Amino acid sequence: MAMTRKQRRAAFIGSGVAILAVAVGLVLFVLEDTIVFFYTPSEIAEKGVAVGQRFRLGGLVAEGSVERNTGATVKFTVTDTIKTLPVTFTGVLPDLFREAQGVVAEGKLNAEGVFVADTVLAKHDENYMPKEVADALKEKGVWQKDDDKK
Amino acid sequence: MIAETGHFALILALAMALIQSVVPLVGAQRGDAALMKTAEPAAQCQFVLVAIAFFALMHGYVTSDFSIVNVWQNSHSLKPLIYKISGVWGNHEGSMVLWILILTLFGACVATFGRNLPPGLRARVLSVQAMIAVAFLAFSVITSNPFARIHPAPADGQGLNPILQDPGLAFHPPFLYIGYVGFSMAFSFAVAALIEGRVDPAWARWVRPWTLAAWMFLTVGIAMGSWWAYYELGWGGWWFWDPVENASFMPWLLGTALLHSAIVVEKRDALKVWTILLAILTFSLSLIGTFLVRSGVLTSVHAFASDPARGVFILVILCIFIGGSLALFAWRAPIFRSGGLFAPISREGALVVNNLLLAVGCAAVLFGTLYPLITSAFGITISVGAPFFNSTFVPLMIPLLLLVPLGPFMSWKRADLAAVMQRLLFAGVLAMIAIVVSYWMKYGGPVLAPLGIGLGFWLIAGAISELVVRSKLFREPLRVGLRRLFGLPRSAWGSAIAHAGLGVVVLGVVAVSAWRVEHISVMKPGEQIEIAGFDLHYVGTTPRRGPNYEDQVGAFRLEQGGVEIVKLESAKRVYTVRNMPTTEAAIYPLWTGDLYISLGDAVGATGRTVRVYYNPLAPLIWLGAVVMFLGGGISLTDRRYRVGAPKRARKAAAQTAGAT
Repeated sequence: MAMTRKQRRAAFIGSGVAILAVAVGLVLFVLEDTIVFFYTPSEIAEKGVAVGQRFRLGGLVAEGSVERNTGATVKFTVTDTIKTLPVTFTGVLPDLFREAQGVVAEGKLNAEGVFVADTVLAKHDENYMPKEVADALKEKGVWQKDDDKK
Repeated sequence: MIAETGHFALILALAMALIQSVVPLVGAQRGDAALMKTAEPAAQCQFVLVAIAFFALMHGYVTSDFSIVNVWQNSHSLKPLIYKISGVWGNHEGSMVLWILILTLFGACVATFGRNLPPGLRARVLSVQAMIAVAFLAFSVITSNPFARIHPAPADGQGLNPILQDPGLAFHPPFLYIGYVGFSMAFSFAVAALIEGRVDPAWARWVRPWTLAAWMFLTVGIAMGSWWAYYELGWGGWWFWDPVENASFMPWLLGTALLHSAIVVEKRDALKVWTILLAILTFSLSLIGTFLVRSGVLTSVHAFASDPARGVFILVILCIFIGGSLALFAWRAPIFRSGGLFAPISREGALVVNNLLLAVGCAAVLFGTLYPLITSAFGITISVGAPFFNSTFVPLMIPLLLLVPLGPFMSWKRADLAAVMQRLLFAGVLAMIAIVVSYWMKYGGPVLAPLGIGLGFWLIAGAISELVVRSKLFREPLRVGLRRLFGLPRSAWGSAIAHAGLGVVVLGVVAVSAWRVEHISVMKPGEQIEIAGFDLHYVGTTPRRGPNYEDQVGAFRLEQGGVEIVKLESAKRVYTVRNMPTTEAAIYPLWTGDLYISLGDAVGATGRTVRVYYNPLAPLIWLGAVVMFLGGGISLTDRRYRVGAPKRARKAAAQTAGAT
């Protein structure tokens, strides 16, 4: 089909815009459901996160709170030194998971107020304090620089 | 002494780069042959100097010279030699030297092997390359000096991160850097073309080999990183949409688009402006990636630890190069006269769609990677993970993958779609059969998975069809057909193999994503679990000592129908220097997939948490990348790329315009 140069260019730009529009629409449509917010236990107590909403929980693993006796399910408590939240996780914990160290877990709150984690994250550094956790702790004024390296 | 030599060499290289970035450019503007000629020895000398610095640093590591701060922080006398060597680039300062080494290597290669380039273009290209070198050499010398000394020298080093003590990782950064630093060459060619004010088919012919080489190595580099994460991190996953992974994937997407649009410039003298823009954007993404990884801005499993001052420095470099090149583009691009007309349904049209989908897919990944950064500036902390990318990137790629087999069959200027589909009939039928068979085999599984398998076969069969149809293999006596088949131009073989490799990757990705089986439980010695038709017995855990670590080794026995197949071991390892625990997974490749065992923590007196995966067709993911690498390599050996002079290139381009 005979097209002038202008028509052809218009057609290509048009199809380019169309594909871009589809992509933008896709992104916006998906974005709200796939963004995962980050909260500390205090923020959850303040704001109240809905049961079943997916989010990330950050803080320190409370000392003495890790229980492993129920098979492959681990229970522990996450604290930001002001408030705590019980967590349950089924699976293999990352190698750097330790009490009194920083942790970021992703999952949902259940009806009993326990955080059911399906992912527990760790970075490969023995004094890992996730940036989000450190910032949150700093905000609360309870940040302590770790001087003793284990 | 050697370290000081290295340091001095680095500074000399900076001075050399400064000269090289100015003098040849002035020479090209004035037409002064003598000034232009300074580019070649300058580029070669620069490379030698940076190589001296690189090997000086390596010498420090190999001899365990802990008076050098960098060696002290990242090495240890107990480390095996190969990891001392790979420790050179396992940290920020050292990897920066490797980055610059690759940059100057490409410059020296163009200086040495690019004799066919017109002198003006060559001078400008090397000047721009030198400008990039100036920026990063300055960055290294001023903020990230790898040769800083410490006195008194400590007795021993602080050891390398044990996660990085791994053969796969030893090769991953060099491949990756040859990849996305290699795109600097395309960038330099683009900026040089803008300065010169000319883009012609010959330019595209010169750009393509360098872009193709960079693309090949980036493909393998990304695949190696993915494979390494798979077996080293103990999580059984092969892609996490981690910002650092995305930082290498985005240049790959645009680099693929660039490779394809450069074809149109070469063959049809069209899409020039778009190709120049792509070359600039591809390397810009490499620069952005470098920034993301090293500035500490992102939380990631493998971001380098660094301080904000460095981040600001790189950010300034980014703004100068990306802003400058885009400004130059906006100013100069309009002078390029557009070339041949083409109908929407044509090979050019198909390549335009290819470019559009790749670019938009890349934009989606970029958005998902940067969005958390943007919101954190407003105090909101969010994370964007796999669900986002899978929901946006994958739907954009599926139409592209469907169209890939069509492209090579379409003719330039105007294509007959019906004829194209007719030639792909065999491939289409094969894909349908694959869909039906996989649906029947995995009845009850995810519904879309058989379609994905069909897509993979469509790609592979389409690539084979292209070679078969072009050589008219089954229409004439077999001997004639076979001779013609092997007489096809290497670029045809290269692209067919690369597209088939893509199909192989798709098969692996679909199979692992859809049909992976996961089993987590606590096992006591003597117990067994059933997975994917196999029985896995847990024998027990015993301690074991290694050169710089201590293991708790879990022994397993894999059986099928009561017959033992293999003994497997997975270990929980602690590296003694850093007191850092890692998991060594056991991976047993079966014909149909990987059996993956990850030992967990102790539970109670004798129990152990054990995570077992069956990953169907997982090796295909990385095998496909290797196939793509081979395809690219075969394409590189095509005779056309050794012909560089303008007159001959144009004649050859006219001759082959019809054939390919």
